[in-house]
Parts: sequence; structure tokens; C-alpha cells
Amino acid sequence: MRLGTIVWREMFERRNQLFTSFLAILLGISVIVSVKNITVYSEKAVARELDALGANILILPKSASLQDYYGSDVQEDVFPEEYVARLAGSDLEGLDNLSPKLSMPVELAGRRFTLTGILPRNEFQAKASWQGAGIFTRPLGCGAVDIPGAVAPPAQETLVRRRVIDRLGEADALVGADVAGHLGVTASDTIRILGKPFTVTAVLPQTGTVDDSRVFAHLHEVQRLAGKGPVINAIEIVGCCDQISRGLVQKINLLLPEAKVVTVAQIVDTQIRTNRMMSRLSLLFLGIIILVGGASIANYMYANVFERRREIGTLMALGAGSSVVLRMFLLKALLLGLGGGIMGYALGTVLAVILGPRIAGVPVLPILWLAPAAIGIATVIAVLASYFPARRAARLDPTLALQEI
Amino acid sequence: MLRMESVTRHYTLRGRKVRALENVTLEIPRGDFVSVVGPSGSGKSTLLLTLGGMLSPAAGRVMLDGQSVYELTSEDRARLRRSKVGFVFQTFNLVPYLSALENVQIPLYLNGMAPAEQTRRAASLLEQVGLGDRLDHKPSELSVGQQQRVALARMLANDPAVILADEPTGNLDPETGETVLGFLEQLSREGRTVVMVTHDMRAARRARRILKLVDGTLSNGRHPSPRAG
Ligand SMILES: Nc1ncnc2c1ncn2[C@@H]1O[C@H](COP(=O)(O)OP(=O)(O)O)[C@@H](O)[C@H]1O
Ligand SMILES: [Mg+2]
Repeated sequence: MRLGTIVWREMFERRNQLFTSFLAILLGISVIVSVKNITVYSEKAVARELDALGANILILPKSASLQDYYGSDVQEDVFPEEYVARLAGSDLEGLDNLSPKLSMPVELAGRRFTLTGILPRNEFQAKASWQGAGIFTRPLGCGAVDIPGAVAPPAQETLVRRRVIDRLGEADALVGADVAGHLGVTASDTIRILGKPFTVTAVLPQTGTVDDSRVFAHLHEVQRLAGKGPVINAIEIVGCCDQISRGLVQKINLLLPEAKVVTVAQIVDTQIRTNRMMSRLSLLFLGIIILVGGASIANYMYANVFERRREIGTLMALGAGSSVVLRMFLLKALLLGLGGGIMGYALGTVLAVILGPRIAGVPVLPILWLAPAAIGIATVIAVLASYFPARRAARLDPTLALQEI
Repeated sequence: MLRMESVTRHYTLRGRKVRALENVTLEIPRGDFVSVVGPSGSGKSTLLLTLGGMLSPAAGRVMLDGQSVYELTSEDRARLRRSKVGFVFQTFNLVPYLSALENVQIPLYLNGMAPAEQTRRAASLLEQVGLGDRLDHKPSELSVGQQQRVALARMLANDPAVILADEPTGNLDPETGETVLGFLEQLSREGRTVVMVTHDMRAARRARRILKLVDGTLSNGRHPSPRAG
């Protein structure tokens, strides 16, 4: 026999009494776990949405509107490519994946498509004046999310979706799915656009957006074809939500007064608000579970100590010091916390996976790191709440405990 | 040897001072069998608990084998109890959720014995008291007499030199009570010191010596004339 045997036998024998406080900690932990679990996935979902949009700050000519841009992204108005240098050379923080674009309508095999010039990443790096500005020190795709289970698309396609690619030769083209279908071309074929031959380096997967009817080519080549000089009609920026909420847009406005700076404000705003709400909710539940669960355990433990005073007296008479008695009750609290934590994690995860899609509209998968957190919280609460009852047991007056009835 | 030197102990109950032991001095040599009699509330249980290192006196000393019990730290006192003192209670005080075997294992566990060894020794002790076939029974599944035998086996687990029994026959029918008394006599013959509290004069006379406690004070320690048994 060990101390654990005594503790375990007692808990099992009197499991009915244990039930309420166990339930309190179990439910508390499962609520926290499921709220947290859903929050994490809803954050991921929003971040993924942002990511899918490719940019959350747009710099457009004064006359353009956001709707126009997402509708077709072809505007008559342009502004100088030099704006990019101005942004890159500034000390603004929170800019990532700065991506200038020039789009123009082209006709290919009798259908209208869009030719979009983009600047590959290696050209940014080649420009000495842009180096050290901190643009590319961040890993590519601030806000990019890994979704377990979702297969990451091949690198090149992902990068195009974000409008930043590493390398694109002056005679290379990336072809949208619709364009490729219409023209019947595949990778390494050659297509002629406005009389100039381009080598198809990749056919992009179907996205269901305007990108499907787009041909991406090198910005400078498109500028030549457009014949308007070194101009662009949009700069897309992935800004970090934090900085956006702290006035990044206004700062860009000051830097580029002749352009129009818009943000996908609503999405950013919703994300921030949802996240804030959810994390407040988690905190609230944490507070409640500490109070309710802790109080319930403390109450149960006091009652348990009182009920077992004769038994404690007996153990002392048999030679148990107060440290054994203290350890006995703390071990019981530990087991209670471990049980509540493990089962709370399991229940909370099941709830999150089932309810997540209904409540938050996002698919939810189990999060492993929540397990140690849940077990840790439950154990700490149970042990802390049991400390004073355990100490009372350890200091019990044996004469009271052994008084014959 | 067990000795009390001018031990005084009071309780405070709702602001009132209750006298439990008043300047008690006594000496019990090794191997003696002493019974303590007295009316209810005279301080018998208090005396026993004080002798056994469970209850520190307000004044005076308790000496066990030359060691002043209450000058030890409480952990050392617990160690002393588990190695030298065995308590027998009127209501046996078996732990209700543990089997007979596990109840007997408690003092062995507290003494740091390895689990396998505990099981062996506890089983053999229960065998000695005739409960070899009741090892896995819970106290509630045993008769009163069997419960007392489990309690005795548990008390003997660490081979105590001093046995302190508080009304050991109080809850038993005469026949079982007789068995327990015979048992205590035998333990005393083995050289253990036995102190038995009782209010049953017939039981008290089985001891070698009777101490009378009245209102917390020892009246006289007389030897019963012809020793029965
Ligand atoms: N824990 C206690 N608190 C207050 N009074 C007590 C306590 N234990 C015993 N007493 C009182 O001390 C006196 C002696 O008690 P006790 O030693 O139990 O006597 P006995 O065992 O002879 O019946 C009694 O008056 C009893 O009421
Ligand atoms: Mg008594």
C-alpha cells in the first residue's frame, strides 16, 4: 500500500460526494477549452480569409474605388512606380509583401482577359536603395496560416495569390486557369500577347476569382506593352493587423498624398473585434471557473476533512505525522485536478469540434497544447483550493477526532 | 518505561475551563499491565492520549524509554508512536473504505515498509488473529468481534512495546470481550506494557494494577488482591 492507495480507495468509495465538485471543475475546464479551441480556429479562419484576399491595404489612384478594384482591377488611371520606392524607403512598420501591379485588358483568341504586370521578389532585393528597409525581413506571408489537413498548394501558385513571387523572367508568364483552358496551353508552351511571345511557366489552379482570367507577366514588360512609361495602377500591401489598427493607413496617406489608401477595413475590424471578444470570454470563464470550481472544491474538501476527522485521528494514532495527512489531502486534490483537467480537455475538445462549425462557422480540430494547459489550470485550482482544508486536517486535534461517542 | 510527571491538562469549552488531568504523576514499568478506572468524564481518555504522544499536556512531562515525548518535534513524535505505541479503540476505528488487509498495512506503510513486504506481514498478522480468510473484507462486511480482531492485528503491526487500550471491551459482548482481555494479558506476558482504560471493574481486575481517576486526579494505585486469570 502507498499513500495513493488510501487516497484512491477513499475517492472511489465516496465518489458520489466527489461528484459535484468534480463536475464543477470538469465543466469549467471544458468550457474554457472549447471557447479557446473555437477562438483559435476562428482566428485562423479570419486570417485565412485575409490571406486569400492577398492584401489588406491597397494603394490606388485617387479616382478608383475598392469595388472597382475587386471587380475587375483594371483602371485607366495610373501613378508612378516610384511610389513603391517611397514606401520601401520609409520607416513605416507593419508593411509586408509590398506588391506593385499594372493591369491592362488584352484580347486573346477572341476573348478579353487581363494582363497583369507584377514585380518578382528578386527585383526588390536587387535594388540597393530598398534593402535594409525591413520589408523582407519578415517571413513571407504575414498572416499566412497553416491549416492542418489542408494541403498547401505548390509554392508558385501560392505566391501569385499573394501577388509576390520570387522569380519571374521578362519573357515568362503565369496563366490563369480560364485563360489556359480557353487557349489550350500548358506549362512551357509559348503564347503571344500583343505580339510579344511569352513562355508559360505555370498554369494557376482554379480560384473562382478574377485571377482565373488573368495572365501574370513581369511588370516592366507589361509597362512596355502598355506604353505609359514606368507607371502602375495599384500597390497591394499585406499589413499587419496590429499596425493597421494603430494608424498605418493614415501614415501611408501622409507619405503618398496623391494616392488613395484603402484597407479591407471591415474584415480587419471584425477579426480584431471577434478576437477581442473571444479572449475576453475566455478570461471571464477562467475567472468563473476559478471562483466556482475553486469554491466548490474547497467546500467539498472542508466537508470531507470534517467527515473524516476520526479517520485522520486514527491515522495519527497509528503514527502518521501531519505531513502525511497534508500530503494525503493534497494528493487527492491533485488527482481531482488531473481527472478534471484530462476529462475537461476531452469534453471541451469534443464540444468545440461539434459546436465550432455551428457557432463560429469554422471547422475546428483538436488543439494538443490545450491539454497541458487545461490539466495545469485544473490541477492548480484544485490544489490551491484544497490547501487550507488539507492544512486543517493536518492540524486536527486528535482528541476531538478520537472522542468516543 | 512509561512515566508521567505532574501532568496537567485542561480543555476550554465555550469559554469555560474543563479540568481533564490535574497534576498526575505515575510510573508504569516495562511489561506492566495497568488498568485505569473512573467515572465518565474523569479524564481517562485524556490520560491515555497524553501517554501515547497524541495530546500535549499544559504542564508536566511524559517520559517514554527515557525520552521526553513532548519535547520531540511533532514528526518525531509521530515516528515514536508508530514504532513504539499501539492504540486500541472502543469503536476500533477501522478505516471503512479499506479492506482488513489494507487496514493492517497502514502502520506498516507509515513505517516505510515496501508494499510486497507489507502484504505478507499484514496477512500473517490477520492469520494470527484467525482472520486469514477475511483479508479482502471491508470492516462493514465483518462482525463486531472480527472488526476488533482486525484492529488488534493493526495495532500489533509494528510490534509496539506500549499498548494503550481505551475501553477495548466496551462495544463487545462478554464472550468477545473475554477474548480481547485474554489477548491483552498475553501481550503483557510477552513483555509489552499494557494500559487499559475501562469502567468495567471486572475487566479492570484482570490487570496487575488498577489506577483510579476521579475528576482528573489519580486517587490511589492499589494492587487487586487475588489476581484473576
Ligand atoms: N476536546 C475536548 N474539548 C473540550 N473538553 C473535552 C475534550 N475532550 C475531553 N473533554 C472534557 O475533559 C474531561 C475528560 O474527558 P475524557 O478524558 O474524555 O474523560 P473519560 O475518557 O474519562 O470519559 C471531560 O469533562 C470532557 O468533557
Ligand atoms: Mg473516554
